[in-house]
Amino acid sequence: MISTRRQFIKISTVGLGGAAVAASSLKLAHGTGLFGSDDDEQINDLKNKRFPTYCEVCFWKCAGWTHTNDKGEIQKILGNEKDPHCYGRLCPRGTGGLGMYQDEDRLKTPLIREEKGGKQVFREATWEEALDLIAKKFKKIKADNGAESIALLKHGTPGKHFEHLFEAFGSETVGEPAYAQCRGPREAGFAATFGSWIGSPEPTDIRDTKCLVLIGSHIGENMHNSQVQEMAQAIDNGASIITVDPRLSTAASKSKFWLPIKPATDIALLLSWMNVLIYDNLLDLDYIKDNTYGFEQLKEHVRNFTPEWAYNITNIKPGMIRKTAREMANAAPAVIIHPGRHVAWYGDDTQRERAMAILNGLLGSWGKRGGFYLKEGFKVPKYPHPKYPHPKWTWRDLAKDYPLAGMGLTQEVIRASIPEESGEHKVKAWLVVGTNIKKSIPHQELVNKAIEALDFLVVVDTMPMDIVGYADVVLPECTYLERYDGIRSATNREPSIALRMPAVPPKYNSKPGWWIAKQIGERMGLGEYFNYEDFSEVIDWQLQQIGSSLEEMQAIGVKNLPRKSGSLYFAEGEKVNLPTNSGKIELYSTELAAKGFDPMPLYTPHAEPEEGFYRLIYGRAPMHTFSRTANNPHLTDLKDKNTLWMNPKVAKLWGFETGEEVYLKNQDGVVTSFPISIRVTERIRWDAVYMIHGFGHTNKKLTRAYGKGACDTEMITNVKVDPIMGGTGMRENFVTFIKDSGKETKA
Amino acid sequence: MRYGMAIDTLKCVGCGDCVVACQTENNVPFGYCRDWITETIDGTYPKVELEFRSERCNHCENSPCVRCCPTGASHIVEGGIVVVTADKCIGCSACIESCPYDARYTHPLGHVDKCTFCHHVRDYKQTTACSAVCPTSCIYFGDLDNPKSEVSMVLKNRKFKDLAPEAGTKPQIFYLI
Repeated sequence: MISTRRQFIKISTVGLGGAAVAASSLKLAHGTGLFGSDDDEQINDLKNKRFPTYCEVCFWKCAGWTHTNDKGEIQKILGNEKDPHCYGRLCPRGTGGLGMYQDEDRLKTPLIREEKGGKQVFREATWEEALDLIAKKFKKIKADNGAESIALLKHGTPGKHFEHLFEAFGSETVGEPAYAQCRGPREAGFAATFGSWIGSPEPTDIRDTKCLVLIGSHIGENMHNSQVQEMAQAIDNGASIITVDPRLSTAASKSKFWLPIKPATDIALLLSWMNVLIYDNLLDLDYIKDNTYGFEQLKEHVRNFTPEWAYNITNIKPGMIRKTAREMANAAPAVIIHPGRHVAWYGDDTQRERAMAILNGLLGSWGKRGGFYLKEGFKVPKYPHPKYPHPKWTWRDLAKDYPLAGMGLTQEVIRASIPEESGEHKVKAWLVVGTNIKKSIPHQELVNKAIEALDFLVVVDTMPMDIVGYADVVLPECTYLERYDGIRSATNREPSIALRMPAVPPKYNSKPGWWIAKQIGERMGLGEYFNYEDFSEVIDWQLQQIGSSLEEMQAIGVKNLPRKSGSLYFAEGEKVNLPTNSGKIELYSTELAAKGFDPMPLYTPHAEPEEGFYRLIYGRAPMHTFSRTANNPHLTDLKDKNTLWMNPKVAKLWGFETGEEVYLKNQDGVVTSFPISIRVTERIRWDAVYMIHGFGHTNKKLTRAYGKGACDTEMITNVKVDPIMGGTGMRENFVTFIKDSGKETKA
Repeated sequence: MRYGMAIDTLKCVGCGDCVVACQTENNVPFGYCRDWITETIDGTYPKVELEFRSERCNHCENSPCVRCCPTGASHIVEGGIVVVTADKCIGCSACIESCPYDARYTHPLGHVDKCTFCHHVRDYKQTTACSAVCPTSCIYFGDLDNPKSEVSMVLKNRKFKDLAPEAGTKPQIFYLI
């Protein structure tokens, strides 16, 4: 292995095997003509086949069918009608999921970094060679520094296989951007109030709600499938939607009330809503007496947080605050103040989520029809394996400054990898699977320092994402359409399980994640943890334990199981019994108080943009997931780059027009790698600009995505860390516009 | 029998799923589409209105594309569906010029292509790929002549508009507003 540090390798340096497969075959023939059909006979007639899967384009994991034609080629993917995540209708990403399979830019064969004539290059390697090298390096690092010094950074289904591998060799040093960079604060905030995490999918009873309140949550732009479907049903049913957002989001445009709030002031609005609900006597006090803890303290706490007070902070008129509070109260308990999903914004996010949870508590929507249903999951029995060894330290030790951290904090794993930043516990190597941490983690300077300092970096992915260019060994995973993975079991109204099986063999020289983990494990002397030839044996064993079988699931794809935990909602008058310290809904959090945090949320002002700067807000487009889909040929057809939304007043001030390209420079002087086109639109406030996350790819091997649009993550250098659970608030970054980047664009 | 669509702009989120589902169902080559999303914005911040529309061939009763086709490739089949017979099409593009909705494109193989209301599945399914996939169920497809069909019912009960009425083409796609 070379010792000099890691230049980013643009993979192309050494020829990759296999010419690109000819682009789409321009066939005249029609498809199978069986969308949405559960009729097997017709499929057999047409010599087409279908194979159950669940989607890996995002975390919603909708179950569907991969259809192949008479030549055994994948034709299309359709939703499974029995699946409560999608009800037979996949979203654009799921429908376009075959683009992940078709993409000719995929990673095709293992690569090993080496030095050639003073230059670092990747050379193609056999699996044997790559896996041997990884096992050798991991064993050495384990011997020198302990297994704990090897960290797993993961996302999605393949992460599970590697989690098993890591626990088998004695490391629980793990981080997942899905927590601290995303939904962590809401889990902490709702757990402090109701005793349990929200989880995924959110148990929001949107289809039966009378009032849906969205605090910056952009359902419809985030394509969380069944939730979008239920929002459409709620619209059909005449439910009122209240959207709080500085931007006219899609949801805002469908709302009865859009509150165009000044960014970063949500907590003030939430507190003033509490004030109105309490002091205008809009609440069911009997319910509150029986089911909540700390009402009197809360009442005193919000006494001065009047709508007039909030108006000065939020720019929302007092009359509108009162009107919307009444709208919620009239709908109660069939009202949802939605927890949102990506909520790591300002560093006081757990407290904002607490405020949202408290409103739900006051309005009595927990465990009520049209509010939050009582979710139920299903525990799939674990395939037997020897006991895992006990690591001397884990992610918990790295997160010890954040008492309510419920999962590994990616940024702390990264910090522990930098010698001068790390404490007692040091990380020496990473295995990164299914997450492009060059786009998902803010403060990239730290990420770069960590990468620089690592002894060894393995990346497992299907695509040459930015992070791949920094790896010592790259392992090409096959796509979800070409592999078995663990059974999907998620919490829903009813427990439900779904199977993923390959519809076609892996393309190129790619391999399933389970196989890769097993191969590394066996080479590290951990074969007994991988006691199977094929992962389908594990699935079959698990299914047999619960009275099903692989054969049955191959035929049906999804199995919905009866509830065992009782009713979906609390009965009328039934008192809640929650896993909080008081057993009640904690308006006053005993847990936060005990840990030295504010037991009830407070509004604290956040930094504002200086003259000539604008707050950077980012979000989702319905046809893309993170930075993962930017090269998918179906989805780039729909949107191939992001644009910078700018209010016409701002555009006039700067003399910009739609389509003009600018570089962004943030408050710390960091400039984007690529320019971004301006979109002048009335849909955004004048003190903020907005862009879709996940563009501006720096790896040239992504031929459709390279250099298209700009990367918001590059601009997020000021990170406001949530002291309660370690979330990385990303919205206190401000940008200005420059026409010339003043340097060669990084490429 | 007269096939048509009602598309609910109050529910459509403009996600583009209809576009991808059409591509994969009908083998529409990358870079081309038979249906697409239009976004219109009215007003000044914060009094702004936004509308998404999933658009495609309107299968006009009075269809200029059929009238101007020199070879008869563009024609109307049962149910009022406007289709193009690829073998007969000489790719002259007269129909593309004549369409007020810009609903046609020249396929890389040389012929003109467009939405067929997924005519090829009619024996199996009274639906289209776009309608079957739509996560918000905002696309109602069916027989406008049948007063009991879902599409007739929503048009009876809801306000709607059609596009480019000034063109006099009698489109068969209606937008619920």
